[in-house]
Amino acid sequence: MKSRWLSGPYILWMALFTLIPLGIVVYFAFTDGAGGFTLANLARLGDYLPILLRSAWMSLVASAVCLLIGYPVAYRIAHAKPSRQKFYYLLVMLPMCMSFLLRTLAWVALLEDTGILNNLLRAIGLTPLPLIRNSGAVILGMVYNYLPYMIMPLYTVLVKLDPRLIEAAQDLGCTPRQVFTKVTLPLSVPGIVSGLTMVFVPAVSTFYITQKLGSPGSVLIGDVIESQFKAAYNPNLGAAISLVLMALVFLCVGLMNRFSGSDGEEGVATL
Amino acid sequence: MAKELIRLSGLTMTFEDGETVLNGINLYINDQEFLTLLGPSGCGKTTTLRIIGGFLTPTAGDVLFDGQRINDVPPHRRKINTVFQRYALFPHLDVYDNVAFGLRLAKLDENEVDRRVTEMLEIVSLRGFENRKVTALSGGQQQRVAIARALVNRPKVLLLDEPLGALDLRLRKDMQNELKRIQQAMGITFIYVTHDQEEALSMSDTIVVMDKGNIQQIGTPQDIYNEPKNAFVADFIGESNILDGIMRADRLVEFFGRQFACVDAGFAPNEPVDVVIRPEDIDIVPADQGHLCGTVTSVTFKGVHYDVIVDFKGFKWLIQTTDFQPVGSRIGICLNPEDIHVMHKSEYSGQFGDYSSYSAEYDEIAEGGDDEE
Repeated sequence: MKSRWLSGPYILWMALFTLIPLGIVVYFAFTDGAGGFTLANLARLGDYLPILLRSAWMSLVASAVCLLIGYPVAYRIAHAKPSRQKFYYLLVMLPMCMSFLLRTLAWVALLEDTGILNNLLRAIGLTPLPLIRNSGAVILGMVYNYLPYMIMPLYTVLVKLDPRLIEAAQDLGCTPRQVFTKVTLPLSVPGIVSGLTMVFVPAVSTFYITQKLGSPGSVLIGDVIESQFKAAYNPNLGAAISLVLMALVFLCVGLMNRFSGSDGEEGVATL
Repeated sequence: MAKELIRLSGLTMTFEDGETVLNGINLYINDQEFLTLLGPSGCGKTTTLRIIGGFLTPTAGDVLFDGQRINDVPPHRRKINTVFQRYALFPHLDVYDNVAFGLRLAKLDENEVDRRVTEMLEIVSLRGFENRKVTALSGGQQQRVAIARALVNRPKVLLLDEPLGALDLRLRKDMQNELKRIQQAMGITFIYVTHDQEEALSMSDTIVVMDKGNIQQIGTPQDIYNEPKNAFVADFIGESNILDGIMRADRLVEFFGRQFACVDAGFAPNEPVDVVIRPEDIDIVPADQGHLCGTVTSVTFKGVHYDVIVDFKGFKWLIQTTDFQPVGSRIGICLNPEDIHVMHKSEYSGQFGDYSSYSAEYDEIAEGGDDEE
């Protein structure tokens, strides 16, 4: 009885701010400006397919880069002395304490044609580089902003890994490298899946990063959705694209959880 | 005589926090021997095992394997396998792949792997469990997978770190017999760590009793039980009444103001000694016929026998008898020379063997909460 009461506020919150808005999104997606039922919004989605795929691709690259950078970091932290682990973990979390907007603007200041890096290059007599307004800069922005989301679940999994399993592997003949490929890596798959999900999902719907760091011509799906609401005043189309994006995200999460086998529950739990 | 396989000489281990857990241990282990390291938590037995396995490097001293110094040989290059406390099975692999793990690392041909895994699963009675997830197995089954995973590599030496600690009593007995049978059938040296003295007595060829980082006694189970070297060993292996005595002459010891004939000799005249009397060796006789007489203060039914606590002039003894003695009755006891065992005084004198604070729960408290070091 008691536990039912305790979950009450959350259920109310979910209903008010998740389920009802979701219903409104669905309603908008299937209606026209006058409120009549229509499939026209969904029919127009074909036009946005290339942008959708591009968004997915860039988020995927960003997730992969996060994994490549984040795994060694998480591994090092998990194997540091327990007294130091908290400190390192705090360092990873530190950028998240600053505003997302500020962090992205800081990169603009760094990468601009007349920014800090290019000024530095000029000062030492080199030609300035086109560091901003390209896909690379967008991916950099994604990686920088979402890297902690990769490191956190990886660290959690790695630190919980039973050291006796490592010893058992050594005992049975594993070289240090084989210990990693045959035991540590397979057992950290749930962390990898969580990390990829937690980076991919916000990255695929991002819009601010592309506006500040990307080239004006190549928008991502998040920018399209934003512009439908704020510039084109077509909330119906915006809702339809949002709905498809959501379906895409669920599909990706589902695929990744399937990939991680029966340990997938941890992947879902962190979402 | 069996050939020596492992020698530990002057083995010392001091951890980073300055705690010394091994104090210069000397020990040799013969080929095909079943040797048990026995002692309470923190005595250094697991540390010794981990040094032999290669998971710890000793701060001083040498580990010799077949005459070769192996201090710096990493675990994966030692012809030694380990059955870990709580098994440490790989949760991402099924039973078959767990057992095949070491063979595949050794790059054996897959047919040979299959043959040996199947044979090994047969030995530990786990045929038909090949594709089960290890997390879905019972404790006893996981235990057998762990043994199969180690033995399938045909090591020269198998290290077992309290392998039966997590099993219930019945299963533990079955597995004791099973392990002994496997050890004899395969002719492998077993080095077994336990804090359970009964397990050590029933399985071992040799028992090494350890405490506070020192070896207290090495011997066969019979030696250890019948001829304990000091009060610690006498108390740790079985129950013991330990009394202060004085050796008046060879084969003559005095305690409770009375002289008793015994079988021990070679002590200095009038040397203060510890006298051990096993509770099951004491004969109860009518009060007027005994060497000593006392009052029964407590009786506990133990199944096969009764634990009777008897007060002799303020010092309480434990006596095990199959005859019920009511609380408050006066009884006499009779001691034969072979029931009395005399030991030199040691740092442990006076710490053990007095049943004044005896209670029935005492045993269980001592045995529980003891599996982790």
